[in-house]
Amino acid sequence: MTSAVAQGDVPVPRRVRGRRSSLTRSRVRAAWLFIAPSLIILALIAGWPLARTIWFSFTDADLNNLSDYEFIGFENYLANYDGEWLGLLTDPDWWRSVWNTVWFTLVSVSIETVLGIVVALILNAAFPGRGLMRAIILIPWAIPTVVSARMWNWMLHDQFGVINDMLLRLGLIAAPITWTANPDTALWTVVMVDVWKTTPFMALLILAALQMLPGDIYEAARVDGVHPVRVFFRVTLPLIRPALIVAIVFRALDALRVFDLIYVLTANSRDTMSMSVYARQQLVDFQEVGLGSAASTLIFLIIALLVVITLAAGRVRLGEDPR
Amino acid sequence: MKVLSRIGFWLLVIAIGLFALFPFYYAIVSSFRSGAELFSVAYLPERFDLSNYAAVFDRQPFGRNILNSIIVAGAVVAVSLGLGITAAYAFGRIAFRGRALLLMTILAVSMFPQVAVLSGMFELIHSLGLYNTLPGLILANLMLTLPFTIWVLTTFMRELPKEIEEAAFVDGATPWIVVRRVFLPLMAPAAVTTGLLAFIVSWNEFLFALTFTLTNERRTVPPAIALMTGSTAYELPWGTIMAASVIVTLPIIALVLVFQRKIVAGLTAGAVKG
Repeated sequence: MTSAVAQGDVPVPRRVRGRRSSLTRSRVRAAWLFIAPSLIILALIAGWPLARTIWFSFTDADLNNLSDYEFIGFENYLANYDGEWLGLLTDPDWWRSVWNTVWFTLVSVSIETVLGIVVALILNAAFPGRGLMRAIILIPWAIPTVVSARMWNWMLHDQFGVINDMLLRLGLIAAPITWTANPDTALWTVVMVDVWKTTPFMALLILAALQMLPGDIYEAARVDGVHPVRVFFRVTLPLIRPALIVAIVFRALDALRVFDLIYVLTANSRDTMSMSVYARQQLVDFQEVGLGSAASTLIFLIIALLVVITLAAGRVRLGEDPR
Repeated sequence: MKVLSRIGFWLLVIAIGLFALFPFYYAIVSSFRSGAELFSVAYLPERFDLSNYAAVFDRQPFGRNILNSIIVAGAVVAVSLGLGITAAYAFGRIAFRGRALLLMTILAVSMFPQVAVLSGMFELIHSLGLYNTLPGLILANLMLTLPFTIWVLTTFMRELPKEIEEAAFVDGATPWIVVRRVFLPLMAPAAVTTGLLAFIVSWNEFLFALTFTLTNERRTVPPAIALMTGSTAYELPWGTIMAASVIVTLPIIALVLVFQRKIVAGLTAGAVKG
């Protein structure tokens, strides 16, 4: 991921010394001028709000009056009143949302990876209608998440839903299932809709990696009569592994932030609440800016930690194998 | 054996196609049905009744919602591309100290969870007097689109051959002229790709739009659809919701079908090549 940044060679015209350095200097000045607007805007709309969120997490701010608050230290996270522990870290709903998010991420990304590889292998084969197929699988990805959540809400309706109707007709279930309301099925339902929506993204990233593989390896394997399944595990999978890891990391980071899908599909239900849904509920519905910001800060730290680990791992890999 | 595996392959292709398309197909079928008809399941369209489509615009300012979405997404794309191309030129073509670190910082912003900036952004938008306005949403959405626009355009910028701007510099052109006259035309295909991705991101954005708007007239499409209710909370107008879903999905599907290759190129440039 970082290779292009680390190794990028920028063309510096080779010319007479004096002129070259003044040219270089003026270009460097231009570079900063060109970058400045973007940096200022990003500092304003990303850096500053993040800093304020972290600050709010140490205050008792209320959404109705954001300018009137007091610094209360770590009390939003953990506080002891008369021997009783309070705060975010003692809230079973918060831990429930952490568990839901982690479970959702692990299960949905695993399923999406396997299905993504299958779809990518199919799209990598030459068959009539391949272009059309590629366009078709892009459709779930392009449909707004809110819209797809509502479409599935309707399909999964406990009384009039088409999914229950199909399963009843096929004799797979005896009675209609209340997909999104039943604690046993709710999170699986969320996973299913997420798989439907984001497998295309996974498949396209894997497909791009597959198409960069050299063809002669497969020719050799075919001549030697190696079984295709063996070729896949011995040749294809190791070769696409770097791209696969990038795709999995991207997806996992996305899944850890999940909000739209769960909010629309199951509202603020405890059974499926993700960390982002929990934070927004505290922040907006309960107006508890302090507690909500504390939850937001923890989410940020969790994701930042994952990014740092990934980047470190990426750097180690690049160190071994300079491109 | 060969025939069998051929059949298996095609069954798999058909299954994937059906799985991908069925929800949208079913939304279309449902959008033509209303009232008690919706209490039974229909797999095939029975008639072509547009009353749900009329109801979407009657019962709430859905036309206004669509216009809001177009304004927000259009402005977000324009600003992202304008800032993105100049920044990408600097990142992609000029060597300067701290470049790699800055680029990593910008990439890190695109990993920010939206909810992590929510309370700070709420305060910012309030203090700028932009609460419940479209400029507020445009500003907030830039956090989502600007980082990857810069990132993807920079990777495209690097791939252009070295000699391109040398001749112009020898002729005494300033960097600004080089960006405008030399790189802007060359970057047009890449700009279309990133612009499309930015448009889709902004068009689909929900959390900011839900939190930073108050009245139905100012909402963009996603919160409008998410908050659509019937006469009572328990009686959702599913036919109308499906009609609204079809309306806002059709333009996106048209974009995807027309620009399929470009979108895929942009997605993979952002992830694999970078």
